[in-house]
Amino acid sequence: MRNLFKIAIRNLLRYKRRTLLTASLVTIGVVFVLLFISISGSFKNMMIGQMTDSMLGHLEVHRKGYLASIDNLPLNLNLRAQAYKKLDDLLSKQSEVEAFSPRIKFGGMFSTFVETTNIRLNGVYPDREFKTVPLLPSRVTNGGKTTLEKGDIWIPELMSKSMKVNIGDTVVIVATNKDGSVNGKQFKVAGVLESITGPGGRDGYIHIEDAMETLRMEEMEISEIAIRLKDFSRLHIFSDKLEGILSEEMNKQGKPIYEVHTWEKLSPFYNIARMIDVMSFFIKLMLIAVVLISIMNVMIMAVYERIREIGTIAAIGTLPGKILSMFLVEGFCLGAMGAVAGNILGIVIILILNRFGITFDFGRQTGLVLHATIASSDVLVISLIVIFISVVASLQPAFKASRMEPIKALRHV
Amino acid sequence: MSPPFGIIFLSSDRQREVGRDFQKANLLGKEEIMGLVVAENITKVYSVVATKISKDYMAGEIAIRALNEVSFEIEPASFVSFVGPSGSGKTTLLNLIGCLDKPTEGKLEVAGTDVLHLDRKQSASFRGNNLGFIFQDFNLIPVLTVFENIEYPLLMVQNTPGGERKKRVLTVLEAVGMIEQKDKYPDQISGGQKQRVAVARALVTNPKLVLADEPTANLDHKTAFLVIDLMKKMKDDLKTTFVFSTHDQKIVGEAEIVYTLEDGELTGRQVKGGKANA
Repeated sequence: MRNLFKIAIRNLLRYKRRTLLTASLVTIGVVFVLLFISISGSFKNMMIGQMTDSMLGHLEVHRKGYLASIDNLPLNLNLRAQAYKKLDDLLSKQSEVEAFSPRIKFGGMFSTFVETTNIRLNGVYPDREFKTVPLLPSRVTNGGKTTLEKGDIWIPELMSKSMKVNIGDTVVIVATNKDGSVNGKQFKVAGVLESITGPGGRDGYIHIEDAMETLRMEEMEISEIAIRLKDFSRLHIFSDKLEGILSEEMNKQGKPIYEVHTWEKLSPFYNIARMIDVMSFFIKLMLIAVVLISIMNVMIMAVYERIREIGTIAAIGTLPGKILSMFLVEGFCLGAMGAVAGNILGIVIILILNRFGITFDFGRQTGLVLHATIASSDVLVISLIVIFISVVASLQPAFKASRMEPIKALRHV
Repeated sequence: MSPPFGIIFLSSDRQREVGRDFQKANLLGKEEIMGLVVAENITKVYSVVATKISKDYMAGEIAIRALNEVSFEIEPASFVSFVGPSGSGKTTLLNLIGCLDKPTEGKLEVAGTDVLHLDRKQSASFRGNNLGFIFQDFNLIPVLTVFENIEYPLLMVQNTPGGERKKRVLTVLEAVGMIEQKDKYPDQISGGQKQRVAVARALVTNPKLVLADEPTANLDHKTAFLVIDLMKKMKDDLKTTFVFSTHDQKIVGEAEIVYTLEDGELTGRQVKGGKANA
């Protein structure tokens, strides 16, 4: 095998310019794919991280039917105290769960005594919420408090600017509870939350006990429980498991009480993430096409130019299988050269990009700094694709060479 | 002709000598050396036995007969030449003997094997183990050094172990006087040197038969004789059969047996120092 590689490399070096051009083409293809995957993948992961870690959590549990009406924040579809207690007990026992946070979500009127607008509010236990969505406190801007105490309210940046509300101002929240009575409560603005794309990006936060007081709840009835897992990659496994457990919980009508949703079902960004995956797939297809065509072209030329040589080695007794191997190894080497060079160059470019930083805007979020990363598994997969396709591309020319009649090949001029 | 039969009483040392002689002379038979040597059905094995072989080529729909019922025998360790004008069928005949092509009719045995029924893979294997080739254009592999070119059949065809391979390559390099050039590439040596390398490559596997198609056609007169002398020396040293084609009358004289081909037919056989047979 070592000798096959030696001969293959020498044959490749024989036509240096052509080998260099083809290897460069493969290299460029690999570099572009690596850059695309690293940048788009990092962007995707960053966005997913932003959504899950500062707002949604990895997955959420609602009362059955809540999600269909989520835009209305229906209080009558909240989980009753008993159901919440059961869920709380269950989640506490799950080893996969890092943290979970109950939320009371409701819509209300936000008044500065001068102006009034509508607002969506999340009543949370601050300590549990911060463990579930750890980036939430980091969204507090303008020197606001990164802790949320009773009587405090965090309002979205958009509202702060448009209604000229500053930290320390007193505001009133007026809300209708599920019985239809209207209640109001004063709050002190303790923080302004920077915008984030997606549902909930314009939500305000108050303490869960304030929410209960505003809604005149005697027993806690929660809208959802947000869950954070220890290992995000096990999201779907855990989601299926939880769904399985909760599906056994039925109401008096014999219908399921709970519904489980991963972040994908809760955020429209999931469609963008899927588009990124589809684009990555097509970029890989393009790489395959580039490698296939360029390597096949070179190998066809190599066979054509070496017909007499093939005739000679066949005449002196080289078996057809060995001739086939010779050309396959040549294609393999060419692909491997391109893959190695492409990976090195791609990684160097990624490092350079990270040194200077890639800034971009997404929705209302501006000046986001992207740190492009590439997983070693991606590098490996791309390398294997390139090498495999190189060998496949060499198959037809190699087969042709191995099937060549030595007598005809020796006569070739 | 009935095969010879004999009972020979010999000492054990002598028995081994006889055994070796039989092998050297390529005599096949049942040999048992147990104080009594019984050699029965001893049949002389020729390097090549061609019986009425013909070869047709198709030119469009017309069949052209390149060889017509050619019969001959070539004895082991002989130096045989096929001569004739261009188109007389010399190359066709050498291709048939070299198992690169198959006759349309007739029977052909090479090194004791009926080569007509060998498939593609068997033919390649047979060539690799029994035959050596010397080409008119040398046909050295340009990306390999002189040493590597000679090593190639041992390495890629016969899978000879490293130590043995090196020893054999160096031996033939020494024999053809190319040891000094062993690390050079084919484009760094002269035509005569290339053909010496080709001779070495053909001989390194210890083939039973070496076929050379116009081996001196691309060489100047002096170099051509040097190459022929080298081939003769190798034949004498290694007892290998050499069969070559040529149309160079001066080179023809170097062969022990000369077969003449004209229009695809064997028209003469001349043994050096003997009289010609029509």
